[in-house]
Amino acid sequence: MSAQPLHFVSPAQFRGRVSEALADDGLRDNFRSAMHFLRDKRASQFPDPVETEALRDLGEAVRKHALAHLPALLEKLEANLQARGVEVHWADTPDEACAIIHRIATEAGARRVIKGKSMVSEEVELNHYLEARGVECLESDMGEYIVQLAGERPSHIVMPAIHKTKQDIARLFEQKIPGVGYTEDVDALIHTGRQVLRERFMQADIGISGVNFAIAETGTLWLVENEGNGRLSTTVPDIHIAMMGIEKVVDTLEHALPLASLLPRSATGQAATTYFNLISGPRRPGDQDGPRRMHLVLLDNGRSQAYADAQLRATLQCIRCGACMNHCPVYARVGGHAYGTTYPGPIGQILSPHLLGLEASRDLPTASSLCGACAEVCPVRIPIPSLLMRLRTEANRAPGAAVAQPLAGQGASFSLGQKLVWRFWSGIYASPGRYRLLRWAATRLRRLAPRSQMGWTQHRTPLVPAARSLHDLMKARARGRPGV
Amino acid sequence: MSARDRILARLRAAEPGAPVAPPDVAGYYAQRPRPTPAERLNQLCVRLRASRVDVKLAGPHDWAPVAAGALQQRGVRRLALGTCARAATLAAALPDTVDTVCFDGAIEGWKRELFETVDAGFTPASAGIAATGALLLNHGGALPRTLSLVPPVSLVCIDARDLYDDLHHAASAQRWADDMPTNRVLVSSPSRTADIQQTLAYGAHGPRELIVLVITDGETA
Repeated sequence: MSAQPLHFVSPAQFRGRVSEALADDGLRDNFRSAMHFLRDKRASQFPDPVETEALRDLGEAVRKHALAHLPALLEKLEANLQARGVEVHWADTPDEACAIIHRIATEAGARRVIKGKSMVSEEVELNHYLEARGVECLESDMGEYIVQLAGERPSHIVMPAIHKTKQDIARLFEQKIPGVGYTEDVDALIHTGRQVLRERFMQADIGISGVNFAIAETGTLWLVENEGNGRLSTTVPDIHIAMMGIEKVVDTLEHALPLASLLPRSATGQAATTYFNLISGPRRPGDQDGPRRMHLVLLDNGRSQAYADAQLRATLQCIRCGACMNHCPVYARVGGHAYGTTYPGPIGQILSPHLLGLEASRDLPTASSLCGACAEVCPVRIPIPSLLMRLRTEANRAPGAAVAQPLAGQGASFSLGQKLVWRFWSGIYASPGRYRLLRWAATRLRRLAPRSQMGWTQHRTPLVPAARSLHDLMKARARGRPGV
Repeated sequence: MSARDRILARLRAAEPGAPVAPPDVAGYYAQRPRPTPAERLNQLCVRLRASRVDVKLAGPHDWAPVAAGALQQRGVRRLALGTCARAATLAAALPDTVDTVCFDGAIEGWKRELFETVDAGFTPASAGIAATGALLLNHGGALPRTLSLVPPVSLVCIDARDLYDDLHHAASAQRWADDMPTNRVLVSSPSRTADIQQTLAYGAHGPRELIVLVITDGETA
């Protein structure tokens, strides 16, 4: 079983995949019903708008405070984790993160890795990296397990297999798991997954997990989950490796509490998930279980670029609840795979340009109607529409233009033709004489308007200037003569 | 320069943002309505039951027989226990049909046995959270983490005096941040998943059933 290599979507591919996704009625049905389900679940958890807004204010304040002190908090987290016997590693790039984990596995002679859910491990393509080097890497979250078995990638950050029906999964299990017959009974399917994975938890040498919140003050990693696979992955194997983006830290345990209320309510519409798993170090003397060694890998991978700019920094407030994608009219229609990025939907559109560069992700910020639903539901009030606008500006800025904090791929969508059109336009409007001249020419030469007008005429009749301009009509009316 | 130094240097070179005040978390929670102890108990039970938890209330002297009955009813033949006083009380109340195994040695010595032969695990909780219906298990030392995780049935007891309004109330009253055990776990239901077509299924990887014994001194819910 091997994971597919990471493909981000080149601009042409993104558009192509959108067309494919829109033409796939089954996929659209799956997403539509799943999104309605998740929206209703979330709404049921926030019945009181006063409480909701106060809690969102608090969540935003916690995240802004953490980001304002980010370098100091990371050092504090590192020191407190080390004091509790956790080894802390820093990685600039996906390759560095994978190499660190491979080195830990090699030194321990480990061959079998079991994984709890971690979007950062998806981001760095860890499964692929380890399997290419002879280390088996098995996903244990039910959704991730299904997606891995199918040789696919998650289409949603909280519910990875949301694009699949139970019939799809029944066929998949029948084909891929020896001795399993076709059944659409969800309890039976989950039981099959449980049986297969239980054996693997026992055998695994290393457990890998993500982190939802890291608490600097106490050196604690807070994991949120429902299935228990996160607890098993971080408890049963001899070594636990946690992975997190550098933005996930908060100052105190108290600061994590409002986030622990906002996250499950926004993500899956639960007051709390089955487990909040607060890990503060490996097995201590007197403990009977838990990993003997514990590591944390901190990943940058472009996050410091978002951090460098005071406006774009808000991108890093995200707690990965997925509410923005659940409420996005674009995501609900094209699904997660069309984006081709680890993080799809609105949050992916503002985060991926930092992870991959604007060159590779230039169309993502444009795949939005700017309706604002994402910002309205964001539990930490990330102003997603204005960040999308900002990224559009950066994508269209001249590649060489000097700015204080240039983004990788600045000017990826820049076109000299477009720039000249705007210059011509503003030149005309800046001078009354030039404007009158254009008006005169446009009304007299209207018959020369081209029949084919790029994208406009694909679905519409061509635009032709009117015979008389509004100015002329108004003048005629003032003289008391009927126009035209 | 190491990756650590490069990352920290980039973060320190960032454009300064607007000044940020520390979040007033305590202020937010202080404004919330405070339930009475009876309301707290009721809220905890309602929340837990809504998540398919079998909640039983019993007095300080009869909780162990009630718990033993719940285990027997489920056909539990082997129960894993820690070494605390509550575990001893429960063990004394068990019928002959339920065998006990004391988890007092490293898991490596009996990992397969734990996974394959133990039907239930018993863990006393240190706090109950009324707002979300959750129980705090302070794992580590005499309370191994796998005790509440690997066996298919999880039995938890909680003293009604240890109930709190919400996480903030419990964390501040019990001063959690001052002394973090290796693994603090809040549990609110049996293990569950909705990863297949948003259909809720129990017993994903952890316990399929969660039995909670609330030890009260006369209150009911």
